[in-house]
Amino acid sequence: MTAAGTPRYDCIVVGGGHNGLVCAAYLARGGRSVLVLEAAGQVGGAAVTREFAPGFQVSACAHLLHLMPGALMRELGLSAQGLKLAAQHLPTTALSGDGAHLSLAPAGLAQRLPADAVAYGEWQALGQRLAAALHPVLTDAPPRLGTGSWRARASLLRLGWRIRRLGRCDMRELLRIGGMNVQDLLDERFESPLLKGALAVDAVLGTNLGPRSPGTVLTLLYRMAAAGGAEALAQPAGGLGALSTALAGAATAAGAQIRTQAPVARILVSADRASGVVLASGEEIAADVVVSSADPKTTFLGLLGSEHLDAGFTRRVAQLRTGGLAAKLHLALERLPQFPDLDRQALRGRLLIAPSPQYIERAFNHAKYGEFSAAPMLEITVPTLADPTLAPPGKHVLSAIVQYAPYSLRSGWQAQRQSFTDLAIDTIGAFAPDLRDCLHSAQLLTPPDIEREFRIAGGHWHHAELALDQFFLVRPVPGAAQYQGPVAGLYLCGAGCHPGGGVMGVAGRNAARQVLREAA
Amino acid sequence: MLTESEPHFRQPLLKTPFHERARALSQVDSFVAWSGYSTVDVFTTVEQEYFAIRNSTSVYDLTPMVKYRIVGAGALRFLNRLMTRDMRNLAPGKVAYSVWCDDSGHLIDDGTVFCLAVNEYRLCTAERQLDWLCASAIGFDVEIAEVTEEVAALALQGPTSCALLQALGFDGVERLKPFELRQFAMPPAALPVMVSRTGFTGDLGYELWMQPADAEGVWDALMEAGRTRGIRPIGSRALNIARIEAGFLLPNLDFISAGHTLRIGTERSPLELGLGWLVDFGKGHFTGRRALLEEQRRGPARLLVGLDIEGNKPAHNTLLYADRAGMKQVGSVTSATWSPTTKRNLALAMLDAPHFAMGAAVWAEIYLNRELTWQRRMARARVVERPFYAPARRRATPPADF
Amino acid sequence: MRGGRAAGVRLAGGEEIKARVVVSNLDVRRTFLETVAPKHLPPEFLAQVRRFKIRGSSGKLNIALDGLPHFPAIPHGSPCTRGDMHVTDTIDMLERAYDDWKEGRWSRAPYIDMLIPSQIDPTMAPNGKHYMSVFVQYCPYKLADGEWTPQKRQAFGDTVIDTIARHSPDFKDLILHAEIRTPHEIEAEVGLTEGNIFQGELTFDQLLFNRPIPGYAQYRAPVRGMYMCGASTHPGGGVMGAPGANAASAILRDLRLAQST
Repeated sequence: MTAAGTPRYDCIVVGGGHNGLVCAAYLARGGRSVLVLEAAGQVGGAAVTREFAPGFQVSACAHLLHLMPGALMRELGLSAQGLKLAAQHLPTTALSGDGAHLSLAPAGLAQRLPADAVAYGEWQALGQRLAAALHPVLTDAPPRLGTGSWRARASLLRLGWRIRRLGRCDMRELLRIGGMNVQDLLDERFESPLLKGALAVDAVLGTNLGPRSPGTVLTLLYRMAAAGGAEALAQPAGGLGALSTALAGAATAAGAQIRTQAPVARILVSADRASGVVLASGEEIAADVVVSSADPKTTFLGLLGSEHLDAGFTRRVAQLRTGGLAAKLHLALERLPQFPDLDRQALRGRLLIAPSPQYIERAFNHAKYGEFSAAPMLEITVPTLADPTLAPPGKHVLSAIVQYAPYSLRSGWQAQRQSFTDLAIDTIGAFAPDLRDCLHSAQLLTPPDIEREFRIAGGHWHHAELALDQFFLVRPVPGAAQYQGPVAGLYLCGAGCHPGGGVMGVAGRNAARQVLREAA
Repeated sequence: MLTESEPHFRQPLLKTPFHERARALSQVDSFVAWSGYSTVDVFTTVEQEYFAIRNSTSVYDLTPMVKYRIVGAGALRFLNRLMTRDMRNLAPGKVAYSVWCDDSGHLIDDGTVFCLAVNEYRLCTAERQLDWLCASAIGFDVEIAEVTEEVAALALQGPTSCALLQALGFDGVERLKPFELRQFAMPPAALPVMVSRTGFTGDLGYELWMQPADAEGVWDALMEAGRTRGIRPIGSRALNIARIEAGFLLPNLDFISAGHTLRIGTERSPLELGLGWLVDFGKGHFTGRRALLEEQRRGPARLLVGLDIEGNKPAHNTLLYADRAGMKQVGSVTSATWSPTTKRNLALAMLDAPHFAMGAAVWAEIYLNRELTWQRRMARARVVERPFYAPARRRATPPADF
Repeated sequence: MRGGRAAGVRLAGGEEIKARVVVSNLDVRRTFLETVAPKHLPPEFLAQVRRFKIRGSSGKLNIALDGLPHFPAIPHGSPCTRGDMHVTDTIDMLERAYDDWKEGRWSRAPYIDMLIPSQIDPTMAPNGKHYMSVFVQYCPYKLADGEWTPQKRQAFGDTVIDTIARHSPDFKDLILHAEIRTPHEIEAEVGLTEGNIFQGELTFDQLLFNRPIPGYAQYRAPVRGMYMCGASTHPGGGVMGAPGANAASAILRDLRLAQST
């Protein structure tokens, strides 16, 4: 039933996170009437800038931009929408307990570790060649097997051709290392535990994996391929929320409408076809197509309901591994803490506390048993160095991803929140002795907090764990891997789809293409 | 039931609460395994037992039927999404036969659903499948528990079955219509017995459901009251003849559950099994609906049909051909029997399109064992209506007093 | 080596035996790092051989018993004692056992797979006595706290025996003798490098077309006339025989080809 006067839309996009906004922008540019429904008071989802202490703002979940394809940003005209980068090509520095911090910039590496510097160069070159071959895998919609469609076959042939074209040497190496764990790979190539630790971070960040877990070379290659081989960490001016604002601008400019504070309660189905949504307020809005940027569990089990789905499919969705392990720590600082042995240029970049793969593995061990890491791994940025607008004059913000903080903590997060916050602060404090003196206040977002505040079941930033059984052709589950679930007219465009999370936007764009193609 | 003095490895099969009574009456000591229980295959002779079904009253131990208790505020919604049939019409006191499928529309099992109260059901199935039921329960407010060992059951089938129950003090049992159930207190000790007018014989008959502790008491009372009505315990072999006459399917003979098949293409859909009348596309979504709709659109590639075959030699394990020369195979027999009541040579068979049309003729390749000399015979077979045998008394309410 | 191809072998005693074909059943590391001079091998092949992963992870106890131990969890007379018995309480227990290996320790609570074969074949033990074979995971080749010593080996064995005794109260009293084998003994006695029972780890980078070395997965060594047939080659270890059979067909094919040309 459509209430009198409520317009009908071609497409409703559930959730105004970056993927939802990208999808809406492409749909609107494809000539569809589009309504984006966002539950929160502002768009952005987990790509959002928030005030976490009076006057202090921070990118509340994701804090760096490095995966969104440049072509996508150009197509949507994000700079015309006001998106500016406060910093680009941020350096990465691996912190060492003895003060001998290691910059991953080639010059620093060559000076400190001549042998590893050569090996690192070779690895980066190989990584770039593999990434170039694999990049289309990450940017295109995965083919659907068993349908005999020419599009699926052509897509697989293209992939095979690209891998073959790597040449015998690289192809063999890809097929050898593809299923390896990253620690074995790093042990083959490098000497320095500090360097290996820093590289292992990229393989396990945001996942339920340790450096010895199978599939960690895959996640590392994934990150390299998504970034097109040349990883360029950037920080938008105004935080990640500014990116979402620009995406919303692009969507609106193309004709999409966006409503905030409009949480969707249910996706409506009539005659076995998605026909609109009901808001929590009870308002019904009709549409020909519903695209959900929510995670697969929320979309299928929460918004749609298993009575519209087959039992086997429902079970696959329910069994998705979606428990997050990354917590977010935000510190409001009265002044910039002193990091001895670290120059200001390094401090503007990405700091890693992961002095060896073994350190990360030990941190991960705890997570396997429902405990938080006794010595956590951290990725730290001080965004106010490049973008002072995020804090009152002279004051600073520190933003850190802290692993591992399992979603299902055996002793419960209620009881453990403060001790984990203290542990994380002290872990950073070991490198900045006056950190506690600078501290104005601290905020910790655990996976259950992320689940609640950003409406991601499990609080996992990829919505569903990135592992081979939840990847590419079968992401999030067989039967929904081409951005379309079993109910006609219902599409997925969130991080739970191929190619996954990180502020990438590719899932949103691919879903829009799928809608435009199939509902043409 | 398992006993402490007999550890499991010495007693791999369970005994039903009727086991001691059955063993005492068994003349040929022929027992078979059924769902983990030891049950009687034949008591005396198959023929004697078969004729008890059709001419007097037969008693068959149903206890090994797998039983699930399904309760909760979402029980009806759960069942309606599980089953191909519309369960919304199933009121308390009613029973429905239905099938259920996997996502691909392939049959997992068939069974009967007993509505005991609003949102309280008992599901009786041939195979254990708690795993599938639990998967189907995701998102529904429902509790499912297997109660096979908590409920003993007997099938009382045959023309004198109603009169026998009346004589035993089941007052009003004659008013029970097919697919209805009611609770009774059996005199003199007022043993609680649930009676449903259901069965697997296509004849007048009832199924009795009771607590295991009361099982022997009910058995003894039936045997005593049935003496003048020709009561006879029967085994699975006699029942198999009756169920083929009635046109009922048996899992692992006429189809294999999609949960158990290993080879691609050996699963069967309800449409292929001739159970399309159980599939209600209009009731809303159920598991397998989209796949079955697609199959219906394409039209079935094969169909399970009833065959009437010339001669009197049952067509066991028989291949079916389009031509007498046996050059083109078009299907095979799944169940076969000589039907003593209809005096016809009957079979259930899976036939490829287009050979399954009503009245179509095919050739059955039957092997005859003539005193250990095997002969091959091509017999003409015709696709005929099922059930092969459907006496009016199976539906008559109240039944005539035989 | 003669003229760039394998021509036979020299025994440790100095005796030389000539052959057209030499097939090595040793693991790939021993084969190419110890029996062939490096100058005969391509350097990138050698580099890959050196990085072939062959870390030992399991130990073995062979225990002589004065009688059949009693396991209260298994009913008396049950056929279960005749088969494989596993001590694998939970997935977490297995995971923690592996955590110990990663840290260079033997598992404090190991995974155990034990068999009493003398129940089926009484000739394996004197009358009335029994032999128990115990496979144990995890037990590292290299310990974080230094070399293996007889004391450490005994402590490892005691850990295993205590674990079994938790499930069998009379087990310890029945032990007549226990032979304890860490990866070190397995290497020294059987010749399996680092005590790895599969002659190389069965991980994806060393399986199928990657086993043992990418590009050399067809049993042929980079040296003409030389072949590999051990568990280092596809499809790997376990008492399977398939690598040997596959290697033999590769060799016969090559010999036939050589004959026909």
